[in-house]
Amino acid sequence: MAAIPGGADHAHDHAHDQPSGIMRWVTTTNHKDIGSMYLWFSFAMFIVGGIMALVIRAELFEPGLQVVDPDRFNQMTTLHGLIMVFGAIMPAFVGFANWMIPLMIGASDMAFARMNNWSFWLLPPAAILLSTSLLVPGGAAASGWTLYPPLTVQMGMGMDMAIFAVHILGISSIMGSINIVTTILNMRAPGMTLMKMPLFCWTWLITAYLVIAVMPVLAGAVTMILTDRHFGTSFFNAAGGGDPVLYQHIFWFFGHPEVYIIAIPAFGVVSQVIPAFSRKPLFGYASMVYATSSIAILSFIVWAHHMYTVGMPVAGQLYFMFATMLIAIPTGVKVFNWVATMWRGSLTFETPMLFSIGFLFLFTLGGFSGLVLSMTAVDVQLHDTYYVVAHFHYVMVAGALFSAYAGAYYWLPKWTGHMYDEKLGKLHFWLSIVFFNMTFFVQHFLGLAGMPRRIPDYALQFAEFNKISSIGAFGFGISQLVFLVVALKCIRGGAKASAKPWDGAEGLEWTVPSPAPHHTFETPPVIK
Amino acid sequence: MSSHTPQQAPYYFVPAPSTYPITGSLALLLFASGFVLTVNSFNAGPYVLGAGLLVLFYMMYIWFGKVAHESEGGLYNKRVGMSFRWAMGWFIFSEVMFFSAFFGALFYARVLAIPDLASLEHQALLWPGATNLWPNPGPAYDGDPFTPMGAWGIPAINTLLLLTSGATLTWAHHGLLHNKRGQLKLGLLLTIALGLIFLSLQIFEYMHAYSELNVKLTTGIFGSVFYMLTGFHGFHVTIGATMLIVILCRVFAGHFTPENHFGFEAVAWYWHFVDVVWLLLFVVVYWI
Repeated sequence: MAAIPGGADHAHDHAHDQPSGIMRWVTTTNHKDIGSMYLWFSFAMFIVGGIMALVIRAELFEPGLQVVDPDRFNQMTTLHGLIMVFGAIMPAFVGFANWMIPLMIGASDMAFARMNNWSFWLLPPAAILLSTSLLVPGGAAASGWTLYPPLTVQMGMGMDMAIFAVHILGISSIMGSINIVTTILNMRAPGMTLMKMPLFCWTWLITAYLVIAVMPVLAGAVTMILTDRHFGTSFFNAAGGGDPVLYQHIFWFFGHPEVYIIAIPAFGVVSQVIPAFSRKPLFGYASMVYATSSIAILSFIVWAHHMYTVGMPVAGQLYFMFATMLIAIPTGVKVFNWVATMWRGSLTFETPMLFSIGFLFLFTLGGFSGLVLSMTAVDVQLHDTYYVVAHFHYVMVAGALFSAYAGAYYWLPKWTGHMYDEKLGKLHFWLSIVFFNMTFFVQHFLGLAGMPRRIPDYALQFAEFNKISSIGAFGFGISQLVFLVVALKCIRGGAKASAKPWDGAEGLEWTVPSPAPHHTFETPPVIK
Repeated sequence: MSSHTPQQAPYYFVPAPSTYPITGSLALLLFASGFVLTVNSFNAGPYVLGAGLLVLFYMMYIWFGKVAHESEGGLYNKRVGMSFRWAMGWFIFSEVMFFSAFFGALFYARVLAIPDLASLEHQALLWPGATNLWPNPGPAYDGDPFTPMGAWGIPAINTLLLLTSGATLTWAHHGLLHNKRGQLKLGLLLTIALGLIFLSLQIFEYMHAYSELNVKLTTGIFGSVFYMLTGFHGFHVTIGATMLIVILCRVFAGHFTPENHFGFEAVAWYWHFVDVVWLLLFVVVYWI
């Protein structure tokens, strides 16, 4: 097989056909371009979803109704959830996957470069459907991101737009995941055996498997809502022999693995960053692989722990409780491995490491509150309270988002060829971690005291904690703009980054120059 | 640049920048908006929906055409072929999971929802006449009585048709492998014919069910799972038959060699997958 020097394969029938300007981005088949678009899109959606969160927190600043009417409030919670899950966090990690997986395994590009472009360009139509649904008669879906019937069977056309947005996002992420699985299984450089792959690739292999397995199930669930709404079926209508609880089962069969679709790539990023700044190889690589796989498999058999109050038989509740608690074991393996990697390492605390350690502490805390919620008897009290909101924001924000920041700071020098502003980066971290805890830590107390989620008003006794939480939220929101400044500064200039700016970093991505050239590894490297 | 000829595949084929994906995105945006407008009774809806479908078909025509052209031009080497195989396998897995949501709904209704509604508590509190029978249109059903579709009429014939079509497709594949183009063409033609007969019988069955058996999409949970499962299956048979027709056209155009015929294989895998789904449907929807 002939190895072709840079760009030859493009040149051969399309030498005249290299678009520039905006068309470069619209038509690109380059994994780095597409990765960058994913990352920018995800940051833009993060801002949009974040503004919705701030509307929610502004309304909850004081008891009573001030800022939005209750219906808009419900639309905000719904769209905030959908946009953050499908528009911000998932695309962020797909962006990392696009940029880094070919570089990490020594591949010239993703396996299906044209389809890769489509996976990205399906996101804007979905975002358009979701955001314009705010403007149609009846407003956007106002059911929470879980879209439970019978509420969702009754709403206006905004609900239909949300259903189709979910369909399009599903097509996008299934294609993206098939691309990632195929790239990892088929495009590794000679000698790059599966157990030599960087852990980030392993976590994405497992995540992509989860996406392919559960996104179609969500598509089925929302299709049933659509036909119940408009074509007279009775899937979720007890009068017709169906059951609204059926939706919850199907949804959470998707929804629980979805939690790990978000968390597992985050584990992968942290597993790259912590060894680099500890200047030690990752402790227990093989056990990390097995633990991640176990988490993925267990994620399929624990879904009804989201539904303890729905009226399940006690035997069912007990089964789902114990199965859920089992997940703590592989997760514990991972946390201990990260700690053991740092043990007696030669640690330095650049921004990526700070975000990783922030992740480690706060994700573990979120894991513990999850363990509390896994107990049926406790959950019956805490179900749909702010304790749950606090719990999942600890794993989603301090887990996934912090890890995405760790990855962004870690790889920015590779992407841009410049070092980012370390002072501003650290400022971003400290502001984020302080305001994050200010926002969400108090919500544990609110939930324990019984404040329900998704309600725009509350009893007077909750006023102080809500005030603290709202101030924290605005602080957190504004401090995210620091990241935008850092990223833009880094793209425009700054100290030159060497091929390997982090002296403890390992892996093929650090063998190519910074910034990584447009085409890399067209001749695959040989791994010993 | 290098001096290789088009017959020499690069180490891994990376396509040139392309406008197909953005065309497809536009198509799906139009399709989705059109669907939403249509079901909410906006006059413009069907036009937007139709425009979306047209753009989608156009995109698929030029994109798949380009892929066939690249394949015949020798741009795909063994490794690209391997990628296609992995991807098709995972795609079929995702389809299996899509169907399992609807099979799950059927099992849930039969094992949990219907017996629950017919329990003594529910009879006392909600619907006194609720029964634990299947097929069941739900406790509040007030339409005319209906007769479920029997398994041993058209559905059994359809089972035979699809099983036979699986055999003829494999026979065609053997023809391709041994370079017997006549056998390949005949086998494909037979497969397509059997698929189309299946679809015609399915349409006839739906008309029969609607007009004489009184089984409708609105016939409670039974009508819902019956039409959604068989309907999505029929939709997949339509896609499969369309792909087989495309493959047949490519065969007549001289495409595919005994060594290089992934397009044929992918469609064959898909056809067998649709076949297996039907067997499950036959057993759990029509028979038991």
